[in-house]
Amino acid sequence: MEKAKYWNLIKELAITDFKLKYNESVFGYLWSLVKPLLYFVVLYLVFTRIFKLGDSIENYPLYLLLGVVLWGFFAEATSMCMQSIVSRGDLIRKVYFPRIVLPVAASLTSFIALVINLIIVFALLIYFGVGLSPGLIFFPLLLLEFYIFALGVSFFLASLIVRFRDIGHIWDVFSQVLFYGTPVIYPLTLVPGKLLNIIMLNPVAQIIQDFRRIVISSDIPSSSHVLGVYAFIPYLLVVVIFVFGYFVFQKMAAKFAEEV
Amino acid sequence: MKPGDAIKIEGISKTFKIPHEKHTTLKQAALGAFSGKSYETLEALKGVSFAVKKGEFFGIIGRNGSGKSTLLKIIAGIYLPDNGKISVLGKMSPFLELGAGFNPELTARENVFLGGAILGLSKKEIKGKFSEIISFAELEEFVDMKFKNFSSGMQVRLAFALAINAYADILLMDEVLAVGDTNFQNKCLEEFAKYKKEGKTVILVTHSMKYIREYCDRAVVVDRGDIKYLGSPERAIDIYNKINLDETLEGYQETEKVIDSEFIGNGKAIIKDQKVLDMGGKEVKKLNSGEKYRILITVEFKEDILSPVFGAMFKDATHDIYGLHSLYSRNPQKIKLAKKGEIIDIFFDFENILIPGNYTIMIACATQKSLLGYEILHLKEKALRIVVVSKSSFWGPLNMDVKTSFNKKGARKRVIKNG
Repeated sequence: MEKAKYWNLIKELAITDFKLKYNESVFGYLWSLVKPLLYFVVLYLVFTRIFKLGDSIENYPLYLLLGVVLWGFFAEATSMCMQSIVSRGDLIRKVYFPRIVLPVAASLTSFIALVINLIIVFALLIYFGVGLSPGLIFFPLLLLEFYIFALGVSFFLASLIVRFRDIGHIWDVFSQVLFYGTPVIYPLTLVPGKLLNIIMLNPVAQIIQDFRRIVISSDIPSSSHVLGVYAFIPYLLVVVIFVFGYFVFQKMAAKFAEEV
Repeated sequence: MKPGDAIKIEGISKTFKIPHEKHTTLKQAALGAFSGKSYETLEALKGVSFAVKKGEFFGIIGRNGSGKSTLLKIIAGIYLPDNGKISVLGKMSPFLELGAGFNPELTARENVFLGGAILGLSKKEIKGKFSEIISFAELEEFVDMKFKNFSSGMQVRLAFALAINAYADILLMDEVLAVGDTNFQNKCLEEFAKYKKEGKTVILVTHSMKYIREYCDRAVVVDRGDIKYLGSPERAIDIYNKINLDETLEGYQETEKVIDSEFIGNGKAIIKDQKVLDMGGKEVKKLNSGEKYRILITVEFKEDILSPVFGAMFKDATHDIYGLHSLYSRNPQKIKLAKKGEIIDIFFDFENILIPGNYTIMIACATQKSLLGYEILHLKEKALRIVVVSKSSFWGPLNMDVKTSFNKKGARKRVIKNG
């Protein structure tokens, strides 16, 4: 009963944020589609015409697009969630509700955008004539893993930034590093051996590669190809970060009203 | 929890840590990390206990910083107490201020749904109450207008309408009646009365003693984190007023003498000193209403002055209350010539008929040039500050020193009229 009410609050907040984001802009929601596509076009031109990174890969445009869309979700979700507590300090000081509602709602706002973007990706997939593979049944599971990971990281960021505002800047820098440490633009085949192992420990890398494998081509290497018996590590990291993040958040949530 | 209690608070305490300085630069933070954190602790609540009965209209009063807001926030679940226990029976409206969470960019309709969700309502519940909320707020024609385009009165109406329809058994309200026009305030109070009839509980934090007196069944006075009184609203208001008065008094004693920023007058005489003395000759700042006191003014003359006059004016924050004048008192006194270098003490004896409150006294020394025109030698605008207190009750702006007597007549025959 109580949970259901807070679920309503999560929904209202997520939808409101989504609405407000494009409020009073002429193209409205269209921007949530256009922005990643424009970004994709830029990256595509740079890395096929200038750096020729994509030559070694079949369907590089799709490979790149999927990478950009997925990374875009992670980057946006974490940075939005990180601010979800501090940006609503006023509300937190005045009303009691479970604080966890805020990062969950913020992550859902980003998730709505991700789903819309993925629909575009699938439309292009059909346009390019890439067949749908049976591996797609894992698609929802991968989405869930991705969402849980983004949320787990967000729990940390959202609660820590209340006490240490530097986290905001640190995370900006760190997510830039992570962007290049994740095979978003480049194919894994270009990465030298030892570095490859490190890169694939990163859950975002594992998730993006697995998505590409089931959506674009089963020739694309996944983390299990790279890590072998250690392939469980990225999955374990997702679970550990989520659980740990959740507890840190709940522990600190009691004092948000005083500290925010 | 006793049967009939809506909220029971047992030994609640809360201490805040206030950092001495915020580390704004990285360098400071790095240095601060080694020197350890320095902070002051503020004991906002020191083991507070009381119970609010179901269906009660309960007031919380206290000065700013007394801990009443902290108390309310703890009741609302916004702060966790360091110690103590709170039990709540029934659903509590989880808000303190009206319109928490409303977004100016959303329409009235959207804000009701968002605000309702924040108050813990399900979509179905909000839908069920929606038209009632809008009609209570008198905003039928503006449902789809953006909140930011509403007048502040409209905003408050919508917020209040939502709040009272939040299906809560216990309502927490922090200074909500300070806003809105009289009409709407009355409507709100009617609604509170309805709440009361339905057996719901209202906890009201306010600085308005009017609401405490008229609507509360009981009130609690919070001061410096402690409960000073719990019981009848009338008595609570008395105690609250007394605390307020004592506080200003303390503040005055700290500022011993007030220094005027600029010198007023031509300086041919200087007011060296001024005091209020009781009849024992002791200097006082706190005067009892109805008792006798004297003002002592010491003036030093820098030149020969023909027939100087002296005066004092009691003032409150807005008005001149009463002027004393050496020529126009019960026994007019005149000095024909004050010689250069002479120091003169002037005494004004008076009976203090001022009612309790804060006053300043202006003091001046002048010469009479013509019948109406004065040449000011020296004038001190706020030369003295006093606080007047009283042991008995007053109504109105004067203390008239009234004696009551009875004279019974004509009781021989009892006449009973029809009806």
